Amino acid sequence: MRSETMTLNMGPQHPSTHGVLRVALELDGETVLQARPMIGYLHTGMEKQAEYKTYTQSIPQTDRMDYLAPMSNNLALCLSAEKLLGIEAPERAQAIRVLLTELSRISAHCVWLGTHAIDIGAMTVFWYCFREREKVLSIYDQVSGARMTASYFRVGGLASDIPAGLLDRCQKFVDEMPAHADEYETLLSKNPIWMARLKNVAPLSARDAIALGVTGPMLRGSGVRWDLRKTQPYCGYDRYDFDVPVGACGDAYDRYQVRVEEIRQSTRIAGQAIRRIRELGESGAYRLRDFKYVLPPKEEVKTSMEALIHHFKIVAHGFFPPVGEAYQAIEAPKGELGFYLISDGTPRPWRMKVRAPSFVNLQSLGAMVQGRLVADVITAIGSIDIVLGEVDR
Amino acid sequence: MAALWNQPDVQVAVWALLKVGIILNGMLILVSYMIFAERKIAGHMQARTGPNRVGWFGFMQPWADVLKLFFKEEFIPAEANRVIFHIAPMLAVIPALVTFAVVPFGPGPALVGADVNVGLLVFLAMSSLGVYAITLGGWASNNKYALLGGLRSSAQMISYELAMGLSTIGVLMLAGSLSLVDIVHAQSKVAHVFGLPIPGWYVLYQPVAFVIFMITALAETNRAPFDLPEAEGELVAGFHTEYSSMKFGLFFLGEFMNVISISCIAVTLFLGGWNGPGPASLGLLWFALKLALLLFFFIWIRWTYPRLRYDQLMNLGWKVLLPLALANIVLTAIAIQWVSGAAG
Repeated sequence: MRSETMTLNMGPQHPSTHGVLRVALELDGETVLQARPMIGYLHTGMEKQAEYKTYTQSIPQTDRMDYLAPMSNNLALCLSAEKLLGIEAPERAQAIRVLLTELSRISAHCVWLGTHAIDIGAMTVFWYCFREREKVLSIYDQVSGARMTASYFRVGGLASDIPAGLLDRCQKFVDEMPAHADEYETLLSKNPIWMARLKNVAPLSARDAIALGVTGPMLRGSGVRWDLRKTQPYCGYDRYDFDVPVGACGDAYDRYQVRVEEIRQSTRIAGQAIRRIRELGESGAYRLRDFKYVLPPKEEVKTSMEALIHHFKIVAHGFFPPVGEAYQAIEAPKGELGFYLISDGTPRPWRMKVRAPSFVNLQSLGAMVQGRLVADVITAIGSIDIVLGEVDR
Repeated sequence: MAALWNQPDVQVAVWALLKVGIILNGMLILVSYMIFAERKIAGHMQARTGPNRVGWFGFMQPWADVLKLFFKEEFIPAEANRVIFHIAPMLAVIPALVTFAVVPFGPGPALVGADVNVGLLVFLAMSSLGVYAITLGGWASNNKYALLGGLRSSAQMISYELAMGLSTIGVLMLAGSLSLVDIVHAQSKVAHVFGLPIPGWYVLYQPVAFVIFMITALAETNRAPFDLPEAEGELVAGFHTEYSSMKFGLFFLGEFMNVISISCIAVTLFLGGWNGPGPASLGLLWFALKLALLLFFFIWIRWTYPRLRYDQLMNLGWKVLLPLALANIVLTAIAIQWVSGAAG
């Protein structure tokens, strides 16, 4: 009898490809012979667009990359630009940045856990996770006026100071969150079906992970203790006390455990950040007073001639960085998110390259699912944790 | 006219038609409100409220849903096998409905559609027919996801039917009859242990068989954690990916109808059917209560557990449940022999 393989086009419209990922599967029955991820369905040319925008104008673009953690993207761009300019944001602004990016890590991991569970068929966890994510989104709303497209960080600091009462709200969230993480774990961690679906599924050895350039919770899941917050600290992360969870064998279950533990560690960091901000003052310096690069405060613009000129210059054509290049990466929820900026001395970058963790991590899909079942492809895609906005940019 | 009415055959026929009408409509309403109950319970399990806009507390929601389905466009994919594509949804509903004919809802002939002396076999036969709907529907759709769903379903239902059939054999050995009415009667004896009344329900005598039956029931009805033929996360919607409008509605109806019919059988076989404390006239109420309990179990499981993988499902069916069911039969046989030997 003649037998042939079946090609199944999974996506770009599929409930579990987390957006518009398309995976061309070559199947023998339900066994995957080959899986090729195909991307580009959400391509918006952000890197090219950045060449026609000032540095500040690119910040709203970054919100739309990993739209589950907008603050992290803002931070990565701002830090690279600051490196290019050779400036550093005030300490208080940095603590606020740490607080908000750690909250974004919690919310991004909540979305990941909820969608990963729903892919595997455990639907209830999704609603619990989104309940907590909603709290982070309303904190964003309070701080920046937008729930998802925050655009709150600026080169040299923040767009505005944090509103009164925000810290209490964050503190309440940080106090509650570990109990919620326990709640998710009650439903999943020891559940025999959940373990059967995740253990020894989509394994990635430490060697392969490094060879593929995989970063973030995926790399740590494979047992490599590599966290940019520890290895290349930025924003004063070296002053915070937290642990870096790692997995043992690099399967989907390890990655699950690493991410759930990261939720807990992030609440620890956020709690310390709140204390730091309180020490440095409930209100205070949130932006560098270097008016060649950073907007002067609005009150000064209304009273001081010089401030008005600076304001006009920066708003009208942006700041002029020196000729040169800079790369700064941060530990985003999904891995190493880096911005490589090349400046030719004009207010617009000559080139902006984004090292997007989702894009790099997605490469590992083919290796992880070869010879396994269709259902494992879904587990693998879920445990890579991609956001197509970031993959395609 | 009067002469015609006096014919006993005519009376039987009219009486039977009446019962069919009542059971059919009763079950359709039960299905729609089970869907409503599922949505409400799921809602409360998931920190939300569920439907509460249509009617009082959302009570008219099922009617709104059905009306919506009727008004949807019927879509038939190009190069689908049109005949089979049309037949499959009907096949999903009819066998599930036929099962209700043999279910004794309460004591007395008025409350059972037909007391067939092989009632259990009718149920097993009808539940096996359900697989055709899914396999044929998946195959006829000319869609790869649907095809995979259909294939999974045929493999799944065949492997779980064996364990299910074997799990009922223990009950048969105890009751000594295939008639569901007789099986319920056999469970009416109340034993007294240390002065406490212990009901004669077979769940107490056949706990392993009951567990196997409930697990296979989940698999037979394609409910989570065995909802592989649908497997939304993997196969989009599995076998009914291409079905729309009321054809999809029929599959949906068939699934819930199956859940109810299989729960009815579980109540009959293991939970003592209409038996319960109080006068016999309360029989229907007891049956309804036990049924509600099992239906809640189905809903509860669905919104708690993730889905098994195809190979794990097969392993569970063939390597765990089937040997367990066989061992249960052997043990039951030994126990019966021992008890009768001790008595004789």
